Amino acid sequence: MDKTTYRKRSRTRKLGITAGLSLLTTGCGERYLVFRPVGPVGQVEKDLIILSIILVLAVIIPVILLLWRIVWRYRDVPGNPAPYDPEWSESHVLEVIWWGIPIVIVGVLGAFTVRDTFLLTKPPERTAAPLTVQVTSLNWKWLFQYPDQKIATVNYCEIPTNRPIQFILSANGPMNSFWVPQLGGQEYAMPGMAMRLWLQADRSGVYYGHGANFTGRGFAHMAFNVIARPRAEFDGWVQQVRHSAPVLTRVGYQSLVQSSIVEPMTFSAYAPGIFESALLKEGGMYMKRDLTMLGRSHGH
Amino acid sequence: MSTFLPHFPATFIVTGDPLIYGAEVSIVLATVGILFVLTYFKKWRWLWREWLTTVDHKKISVMYLIAALLMFFRGGVDAMLMRTQLIRPNMSFLQAEHYNQIFTTHGTIMILFMAMPFIFAMFNIAVPLQIGARDVAFPYLNAVSFWLFFFAALLFNLSFVVGGSPDAGWVSYPPLAGLEFDRGPGENFYLLSLQITGIGSIATGINFMATILKMRAPGMTLMRMPLFSWSVLASSILIIFAFPALTVALALLLIDRLAGAHFFTMFQGGNPMMYINLFWIWGHPEVYIVILPAFGIFSEVVSTFSGKRIFGYSSMVASLMTISVISYVLWVHHFFTMGAGPGVNSFFAVATMCVGIPTGVKVFNWLFTMYRGRIRLTVPMLWAIAFIPIFAIGGATGVMLAAAPADYQYHNSFFLIAHFHQVLIGGTVFGMLAGMYYWWPKMFGYMLNERLGRWAFWLFNSGFYVTFFPQYLLGLMGMTRRMYTYPANMGWNTLNFISTMGAYVMGIGFIVLVMDVVYSIRFGERDVTGDPWNGRTLEWSLPSPAPHYNFARIPTVTSRDAWWTSKQERSRSDAPRKLEPLQPIHMPKSSGRPFIMSAIFFIGGFGLVFNWYALGFLALLGVLVSMLLRSLEYDTDYYVPVEEIEQTEAALGRA
Repeated sequence: MDKTTYRKRSRTRKLGITAGLSLLTTGCGERYLVFRPVGPVGQVEKDLIILSIILVLAVIIPVILLLWRIVWRYRDVPGNPAPYDPEWSESHVLEVIWWGIPIVIVGVLGAFTVRDTFLLTKPPERTAAPLTVQVTSLNWKWLFQYPDQKIATVNYCEIPTNRPIQFILSANGPMNSFWVPQLGGQEYAMPGMAMRLWLQADRSGVYYGHGANFTGRGFAHMAFNVIARPRAEFDGWVQQVRHSAPVLTRVGYQSLVQSSIVEPMTFSAYAPGIFESALLKEGGMYMKRDLTMLGRSHGH
Repeated sequence: MSTFLPHFPATFIVTGDPLIYGAEVSIVLATVGILFVLTYFKKWRWLWREWLTTVDHKKISVMYLIAALLMFFRGGVDAMLMRTQLIRPNMSFLQAEHYNQIFTTHGTIMILFMAMPFIFAMFNIAVPLQIGARDVAFPYLNAVSFWLFFFAALLFNLSFVVGGSPDAGWVSYPPLAGLEFDRGPGENFYLLSLQITGIGSIATGINFMATILKMRAPGMTLMRMPLFSWSVLASSILIIFAFPALTVALALLLIDRLAGAHFFTMFQGGNPMMYINLFWIWGHPEVYIVILPAFGIFSEVVSTFSGKRIFGYSSMVASLMTISVISYVLWVHHFFTMGAGPGVNSFFAVATMCVGIPTGVKVFNWLFTMYRGRIRLTVPMLWAIAFIPIFAIGGATGVMLAAAPADYQYHNSFFLIAHFHQVLIGGTVFGMLAGMYYWWPKMFGYMLNERLGRWAFWLFNSGFYVTFFPQYLLGLMGMTRRMYTYPANMGWNTLNFISTMGAYVMGIGFIVLVMDVVYSIRFGERDVTGDPWNGRTLEWSLPSPAPHYNFARIPTVTSRDAWWTSKQERSRSDAPRKLEPLQPIHMPKSSGRPFIMSAIFFIGGFGLVFNWYALGFLALLGVLVSMLLRSLEYDTDYYVPVEEIEQTEAALGRA
């Protein structure tokens, strides 16, 4: 797999851009989660956001200044000495300028957008092997399954730091969207679909996550935390879960599928195939190719 | 056979909430009051003859405007309720169910039952008068469009007290909006009322395209046409090509819900993603359908109140047409996060940014129309000037959202909410209010009060910034839309409070606007000249309000800004104008059938909402019979005799 460069590319751009906009992102506190990325995916997205802010400001500011100036200067008051030229309505030079400027801006932003769009479909650059987490949106809770560790959690997700995480998103219920702003942007979790979202945390911490697509009455309560910690601690947590937590049986899963709001839960094991069978039951025919792709990515 | 008999669900009349009881009581009281007034003053016949059966585009425009303002009020109350619930974390003002219903009806009403009738009010009042026509191409169809919209709006609003409102969001994505997760009739109200109003909208699109292409006065070539009419042409083309996609999406979802099909269900191979695609294939052009006429109004208003020709007319036309073409290839940007490949996302991202190019050009052209003009800061001009910074910023955040990887961080957050309110309020609402103040004298024969108008403007405009700028920040803080409550520890509290305060100020602004309308009905300055703004286009050559046949003599057009040119020619020469002799005028007859047929649509829609198929099919039959009767009708038009035209013109002070 082509593991280029995320990091290097974003670093070159970062130097030039972030300096000018540090005002926007610092001093406003830690609450602006989108501007506080803790991993390479969120970082790429933040850099693109900042580039886009600079480019659009280059249009907005002149427009507002011009508007202010023109309205003031040419207002209809007696004795206004400003020229009045009611028939003047064409200027090819001016029109070429304002067809041209937006084209240049769109060209620049478009190029970076396309580059990053392709970039984010690949795992972040790291030597560590990816960890797979299967995420299912249920009414109104999140189920996280770790196919390699054979454990599961509800409404919270533990991940190791400095390791790409391959989230495989689906839903057994209305369509949702999986969003952990500090790790990176969201992707839909849909019934009958399994979709991949690469994220990675470079720092330990507890990161806020929430469903971002409305799923009904309990939607506002679909918050979860992603807890990132160093590899050794993560492995220790897995061992502890394996030894202490109960098992998620098929019956238990069926009761989770029912509409309810629940507290975080932990399971030492789960009935095999619940993720895949929910996918196939719900029209997974669209997913046969992807399922084989997903099958290859874990299980050794 | 039980499904063929009326079956009343347990919740037929919605109960259990003081707000709803209040609404029920006030609806009953208002209905009784209206019936009493009409009967007491013996106004039934007047109502039927002058309004319910009219095919006159000017009266239809008035009815669209009244309906739009009423729906603006309803959607605005929804907004106030939502903002009140979000004023603090963990509020218990509204339950989740109510909040979900309210944001669903807010969105649906504001787009389909406020913005659409508002633009149609403007289409109807201005287009035939601007292009020198005596009515639209199909006046009867125009009445059908209005009454379909009217009864659809009635059906949709009825859900508030009968059966329960829809609660799956104005986009109504399955499977949430499918039977698996939404049994109640609310969703059926949504599907059927949108379907009915959609038929009316398509007919309006066809009607105005035909009117503009075929009914322009002699000499008015396309490139001499006022820019508002150009924008209506662009918008009509969009309606004709976009609304059928909505019709299909709604119909398939309705078949899923009523007949148990599996187009969009989770099971049996249904594909909910296909609904999302179909919905936005309509939904994205839809935002241009409601914004392009606003652009047209700004062009008229800016040019009139700068006392100057519009700058870069050809470029304005080119950008309108470019926008209407590009807008068809943008729909995927509503779901960059649905997992399309990077190639697809890249294409739609760059296409979306490209729409900013012609839009930016328009902004510069408006600026340079004012440059070296003489700017009169009337109320319509205030709305037009205030539009520019709001739209520049809203457009800029639109370009930011277009960058697909950045959108992964904005999608469905309050950043998105702030963006689309900024373009839809700053663009469409400001545009329609500018148009309302601008053409009000032409519609009613008197001016709206400037002083109250300024108050309404300043309150609404400043309230807007206070409401929506905090929402951009909330989005960047991770707050997602459609949450009826939020935790107290996220740092969202202050900004939400500020946003709610801004919403209240906007609400007060709207009340002042209504006060202006009420005040001016009584005290508004009469418009005796027909040209109160020193206008440039043909509608200002007519008395206010215009006689029912509009033009006693169809004018001959020799340039852009036809009325301006002819005023200048008259001021140059004292020679008396030579007038052609009057000819009898060919006009359409009024008809009660559009009203009756649409009422039957309403009854059928109501039946299908509750799965009462017998009623549904009976109504369908009624609709077919109405159409058949119309096809067999030959006595649909008449000639206004010359003497009557002479009398009318003399009474209006025009020889």
